[in-house]
Amino acid sequence: MSEATVGNAGVVPAEEKPDKASIVVMSGDLDKVMGSFIIATAAAAAGMEVTMFFTFWGLRALKKNVPTGRTFFGRLLGLMYGGDITRCNPSKFSFCGLGRWMFNRMMKRHNVPDLAELRRMAIDLGVKLYACQMSMDVMEFPREALIDELTDVVGAAFFVSEAAESSFSLFI
Amino acid sequence: MSDEFKVDLKLDLKGLACPLPVVRVSKAIKDIPLGGVIEAVATDPGALADFPAWAKTSGNEILKTERSGAELKFYIKRVK
Repeated sequence: MSEATVGNAGVVPAEEKPDKASIVVMSGDLDKVMGSFIIATAAAAAGMEVTMFFTFWGLRALKKNVPTGRTFFGRLLGLMYGGDITRCNPSKFSFCGLGRWMFNRMMKRHNVPDLAELRRMAIDLGVKLYACQMSMDVMEFPREALIDELTDVVGAAFFVSEAAESSFSLFI
Repeated sequence: MSDEFKVDLKLDLKGLACPLPVVRVSKAIKDIPLGGVIEAVATDPGALADFPAWAKTSGNEILKTERSGAELKFYIKRVK
């Protein structure tokens, strides 16, 4: 195997287009958002193009800690929903926030990055983060309520076209 | 035992958990020339499966894996 080979003929099969992965993040649970970002960063680290599409509860992963809502119900939702990615609760053993505290402590002890750090890592690795327009409309989250690093606000058809080009696609 | 390969970069990944070891290597490998070798030491037992898998997907090569106690040493060659 010659180092000086131009291109990669004879070394590994030439792949013109990078592999692609696409992930729907429907959940806003700490464990599921964590799993989504871990898979996304691992795929990006392996040189794959990664698209993450955040919809419904998943929008929490992109939300800033700001009040939201225009209508009565919208404001009520904003109040009850509250907070940003740091307020993700585990899907089990939530105990009104106690579970979140416990899991965050345990993750720290085992050197697992927290959700905000995982998201930062994903952004640094070039993972594309898309928010679902329809969920934002229903929940009355304006674009300004989501993080600045958001790639774009899109619809289901956009995700479908990304997924169609992907070598794997997940719904979390 | 790094005299076996010419090591361009050493990475200390001890104590880091999934997916950090792989993420760090994927970033660092861009800083060495094609054909260059990274010596990475990790303690995450999952790295034993993760590094070869990462190499396969990213098109790089694990030249050698050594194990001493809890420490796993990988020699990773940049192919792409």
